[in-house]
Amino acid sequence: MEKVGIVGYGAYVPRYRIKAEEIARVWGKNGKSISAGLGVYEKSVPSMDEDTATISVEAARRAIKFSGVDPKEIGAVYVGSESHPYAVKPTATIVGEAIGATPDMTAADYEFACKAGTAAIQTCMGLVKSDMIKYGMAIGADVSQAAPGDALEYAASAGGAAYIIGKDNIIAEINETVSYTTDTPDFWRREGEPYPGHGERFTGEPAYFKQVLSATKKLMDKMGTKPSDYDYVVFHQPNGKFPMRAAKRLGFSKEQVEEGLLCPVIGNTYSGSTMIGLSAVLDVAKPGDRILATSYGSGAGSDSFDITVTDKIEGYPRNNIRKMIENKVYVDYALYMKYRGEFK
Amino acid sequence: MGIARYWREIPQRYNLIGTKCGSCGRVYFPPKAICPVCRRKSIGKMEEYKLKGTGTVETYTIIYTPPPHFEGEEPYAIALIKMDEGCYLMGEIVDCDFEDIHIGMKVEACFRRIEEDGTRGAIQYGYKFKKAE
Amino acid sequence: MRDVAIIGSGVTKFGELWEKSLADLVAEAGISAIMDAGIDGTDIDAMYIGGMSAGRFVGQEHLGALAAEVSGLSELHIPSTRVEAACASGGLALHSGYLAVASGMYDTVIVGGAEKMTDVAGKEATNILASAADREWEAFFGATFPGLYALLARYHMHKYGTTPEQLAAVAVKNHHNGSMNPKAQYRREITIEDVLNSTMVADPLHLLDCSPITDGAASAVITSVEKAKEYTDEIIKIKASAQASDSISLAGRSRFDALPATIEAAKRAYKQAGIEPSDIDFAEVHDCFTIAEIMAIEDLGFFKKGEGGKAAEEGLTALDGEIPINTSGGLKSKGHPVGATGIAQIHELLLQLRGKADKRQIEKAEIGLAHNVGGSGGTAVIHILEAI
Repeated sequence: MEKVGIVGYGAYVPRYRIKAEEIARVWGKNGKSISAGLGVYEKSVPSMDEDTATISVEAARRAIKFSGVDPKEIGAVYVGSESHPYAVKPTATIVGEAIGATPDMTAADYEFACKAGTAAIQTCMGLVKSDMIKYGMAIGADVSQAAPGDALEYAASAGGAAYIIGKDNIIAEINETVSYTTDTPDFWRREGEPYPGHGERFTGEPAYFKQVLSATKKLMDKMGTKPSDYDYVVFHQPNGKFPMRAAKRLGFSKEQVEEGLLCPVIGNTYSGSTMIGLSAVLDVAKPGDRILATSYGSGAGSDSFDITVTDKIEGYPRNNIRKMIENKVYVDYALYMKYRGEFK
Repeated sequence: MGIARYWREIPQRYNLIGTKCGSCGRVYFPPKAICPVCRRKSIGKMEEYKLKGTGTVETYTIIYTPPPHFEGEEPYAIALIKMDEGCYLMGEIVDCDFEDIHIGMKVEACFRRIEEDGTRGAIQYGYKFKKAE
Repeated sequence: MRDVAIIGSGVTKFGELWEKSLADLVAEAGISAIMDAGIDGTDIDAMYIGGMSAGRFVGQEHLGALAAEVSGLSELHIPSTRVEAACASGGLALHSGYLAVASGMYDTVIVGGAEKMTDVAGKEATNILASAADREWEAFFGATFPGLYALLARYHMHKYGTTPEQLAAVAVKNHHNGSMNPKAQYRREITIEDVLNSTMVADPLHLLDCSPITDGAASAVITSVEKAKEYTDEIIKIKASAQASDSISLAGRSRFDALPATIEAAKRAYKQAGIEPSDIDFAEVHDCFTIAEIMAIEDLGFFKKGEGGKAAEEGLTALDGEIPINTSGGLKSKGHPVGATGIAQIHELLLQLRGKADKRQIEKAEIGLAHNVGGSGGTAVIHILEAI
């Protein structure tokens, strides 16, 4: 069967940052111990005029620019997010228009908390494999919400990544993808509510670890692989600790996780989390490198991917996301509230 | 801004689609029905043309008292920008400290939220500019 | 084309006139101009009224008919026309009336301008004024009206070294003149420090660099020079009435250190009048912002391009300077009821030319120029008046 994989990718993280210590200061908590405990030191803050649509467009435009794909050949655009600007009206069409892919394409928005973007990758894989489309674009992006004073506030951040899936000029083959999905209520947001609810300690074992470990093990069973077969592993990053713990329990080393772990410096970009982490790995990967990536969302599911980097990665413009996130400006809590639109 | 009016200008606001005179080659943004220089000779010869999005700052200001649709965003910088194609347009400069903005600064277009029609109306996106990488 | 003269004018007080409606203002100015001219209402053949945005300020369009009604002239069914060119609406009303009389179509015409800006909140007034700019491609992206002139100010400062102190000097001078004008909105003197310390509106323009929101109306009566002799010995002739346009948006301009519409209108006016800029004794120019006055005195040919700031700083445009500019206090101190400004400028010219400007009277006042601009320079209307 013909191979399907990543033809292009682009990631975008807004310029502004707030330190976990600054957030803790406002709530009278010990910032140093919170950052150390969470493994999150600072997070990205979107500008007042940024939202999931603008972040998706920036990521998508980068993917197009770096891959050289003709936007008119993109047959599908899916945007996965839990902070779509509209409850009804797709972000995907705004992106499609802004990259010049309209009108000959299908589009829809996805929601599956932090896992929506990888679900979009799977859909594109199916459409490409079945020759229904030549290229598909899958985007995971968010301007994550967290109630002020809530534990989530330290990590909930903004960012996104776009992947172009196709059969031609693949820079990283997706050998296989499996998913593990249950109805586990760990993280949710009701219609009309500004902030999500979450099951506090429940978030660990029955939620994150159950889905992530199960999906990853299922993938390795199917592929007949062991952790040492992989050069890199990328997990969904709600904080800097969970991915390390998951790695340890599965038998991966710290070194395999590090390259794709951006959460400590940009926070949890929700739907962007795994996909931005993967882009950081692709930015440095060499031909032949093998990557395992597992996303997670809402308590309820994980998509796992087995990826092999091809020769074509050498011709791809890289080292973009770590360079981008170095260009940062710190804001205090007041500006943070202003930029999030709390005062409008 | 009404829905139809917003939608009509999406090619301009999202993708900087202007016009190029088929007679003299000058590029105009926003699109023009005829070329002011060639006039009659340009009728029927104005072609759609996508600007690259790069240019330099010709002049700029920092707005402290915003119009209603920009309330809560002040202060912000707007500039008159000379695009590489030779035409000028006006836009906000973002992601740049005010002290760093200067006449002659190279900028490139980015995609941002411009305004929204209250909480029930549509959101309007368009171009803004950041310092060129 | 026959020669046209102004035989009378009148202005209301300018300011926040809570007790006066738009109709009240139109009537008051019109009546005062008619009385000053010494004519009867039945002598009037046509009316032209300038107003920028009564539709948005007070929900009223069809100003021609409104003016006819409040002036009592609707019963005579005189032709009455509303003209609009943003802040140049007043000047355009006079230009339109001038064409009517010069062509011989009408003999005696009343022209006026009015704006009622304080029935809406300040923010809304500012938003309405932004319609003088390009709504789609300037205002939509966050430009405000002061923002547009601030862009021009920064460019002028960058190219010619004009300083914030020089901008402030214009405001100080105009407030000084306005302090002697009983109809002015602001009659207190200010200092350079006052200007520089006032709130920044759009860098580099401070609050005191900007003209205010004002209610007011002005009116003038014009007729042929021949007919004017029936009313007065002091004939004030309209030596030139010229108009020019330019792009509404700054992005469409050919240069940013001047207003080409002003330069063109001025060329046409000087040609019509057969004179040079140096023949002008004094002028009312369109100082919607201090930078606008500096650019105007250069564009009108009174000073070399780039030297307007220095001229203001050195007092060359003061009441006792080599060419007094804005003896009325200008838009800055007198106030800027948008549609009325162009005619209010004419009223000041008349006062000076007739020797009736009281404390602000300048010595040599034989030929005066009025310069009225719409938006950021999309329209310019210039009149030259001479006492013959």
